[in-house]
Amino acid sequence: MSAAPLSNVVGLHRGGRARALDVVSWVVLVIVTILFLLPFYLMIRNGLSTTQSLTSPDWSFFPTHPQWRNFTDLFHSPDIPMLSSLKNSAIIAVFSTLGTLLICSLAGYALARIPNRAATPIFYGVIATLMIPGAVTFVPSFIIVSSLGWVSDYRGLIIPGLFSGFTVFLFRQYFLAFPRELEEAARVDGLGHWRTFWRIVIPNSGAFIAAIAVITFIGSWNAFLWPLVVAQDQSAWTVQVTLSTFITAQTVNLPQLFCAAIISILPLILVFVFLQRYLVQGVAQTGIK
Amino acid sequence: MVGAAMPSRVVTDRPSTSRTGTAVPVRRIRGQRWAFWAFITPFLVGLIGFVYVPIIWSAVLSFFDAQGTVVPTRFIGLANYKRMLTDGAFTSALLTFTLFAVFIVPTTFIVSLGLAMMVNRIQAARAFFRSVFFLPTACSYVVASLVWKLSIFNGVRFGLANQVASLFGSDPIAWLSTINPPLYWIPIVSVRLWLQSGFYMILFLAALQNINPELYEAAFVDGAKGGWQLFRHITLPLLRPTAVSVLLLCLIAAYQAFDEFYNLLGNAEYARPPLVYLYYLALGTQQNFGLGSAGALILAALIAIVTILQSRLLGFGSKGES
Repeated sequence: MSAAPLSNVVGLHRGGRARALDVVSWVVLVIVTILFLLPFYLMIRNGLSTTQSLTSPDWSFFPTHPQWRNFTDLFHSPDIPMLSSLKNSAIIAVFSTLGTLLICSLAGYALARIPNRAATPIFYGVIATLMIPGAVTFVPSFIIVSSLGWVSDYRGLIIPGLFSGFTVFLFRQYFLAFPRELEEAARVDGLGHWRTFWRIVIPNSGAFIAAIAVITFIGSWNAFLWPLVVAQDQSAWTVQVTLSTFITAQTVNLPQLFCAAIISILPLILVFVFLQRYLVQGVAQTGIK
Repeated sequence: MVGAAMPSRVVTDRPSTSRTGTAVPVRRIRGQRWAFWAFITPFLVGLIGFVYVPIIWSAVLSFFDAQGTVVPTRFIGLANYKRMLTDGAFTSALLTFTLFAVFIVPTTFIVSLGLAMMVNRIQAARAFFRSVFFLPTACSYVVASLVWKLSIFNGVRFGLANQVASLFGSDPIAWLSTINPPLYWIPIVSVRLWLQSGFYMILFLAALQNINPELYEAAFVDGAKGGWQLFRHITLPLLRPTAVSVLLLCLIAAYQAFDEFYNLLGNAEYARPPLVYLYYLALGTQQNFGLGSAGALILAALIAIVTILQSRLLGFGSKGES
């Protein structure tokens, strides 16, 4: 954190070649920035165009008369179930995040802090699941969910995803490094594990929990394969399933589809703008095991 | 009695950094056993019900003729495995994802490391560039595929790539269905590159910023000349743990590719990675859970083997360290 940027240090000695490298860096960064922003520009441009101008062979950089009504038309469209998909995605993402946090933080705390003979075997049982990527088990998981009668049901979309071995692992590592003095003080005051957890540990873990929450929420909102498998009725479609369905539909109004794409990323853009600190922290934590 | 034996075992499990000097033995707390199970049972039930049982059930199904049923009766031994491994479609799916990994892993590695080094080098606007490169992480693969398929690589003239091509006098190109040459790799690889490079850049950036600047001073005093030598002898060795973990994460993610292939190419036989194939096999009209399970287990085994081999070969530390 306190480490000075490398360029400052080397800067003391930099010569012509280093300055040339600086210029190259800036040029490349600006070009890559344009390329990285291009898809966002296209979404907005296409979403505000009329169908005629969008499919015209003559390129226009931006619609001269932005069609804002494409957004209102989208929500009144009988073809695209936009409102119900947004509602489904929101419910699934919120409850998946809350459920994952609750279940995995408790388990992680038990493994890190409550002595028990079973802790080590259970921990190895958790680690073993990290070897098998979740996506590969979608066939067997679907078999379970359909046996339970949870197809096209919120339970089927939310519950199987709550038991993330990786999240438990992260919580365990975090709680191992949690200052023991705070818990010892709570014990002296006669608090048991349960109350120590809720009154001392959780209130002092805000940043870490926020980081895990942000990562889980984004993952849930953007999930595609599992909702595609489980949400078979249109009434259960998430935003991603709806968008995917209309990518291949020839009948759909193209500008409206781009409006739908813009709306689908808005919640996450908000998360990015307001919670970027936690997000970056979360990436750094989840990325490096 | 149980409690007395416990603390030492748990202590050995704890990284030394987290020891905050408590020589006090962990005190036996009232209801400790009860507390442990209260904390862990919800997770344990779910882990067994939604992770272990599906895998075990799937392993059982893979030895049965299970078409359209999950409670099959006809045991057929290894026939499903044999059929999967001799089935041209599954092996070509394995080839597709191997090729995909060969394209996507090095490009992602170079782009994310390059961006991180450049962002770390410049003196101003760092936060801006970091945010811009990280922004695609907000997009799902579905949204990105939508833009790629219907706008950038749209096969008709109004697609952006074809607009650019027309500047060079080219006719519209059907990017996603041209097999010879296999142009479909350009949209498939570029979409993932756009989506994930920022994520790995953040990891590299964090590692670069953790390098002690005094090391560069020292190297300079010791006669290191210019950027390349510093990069080669200081930056690169210190980035090694991050680099290994980026390679691993990127490879494992590539093995699980589904979203962009499904949305850009559908069930196209020329580029169908294993998960897309299994999706159509098990959940399409065939509902062949036995074959699908066999395929899923083969895939899981391959991924586990590659993960272990990679981490051994590259000296990626034990999972217990953080």
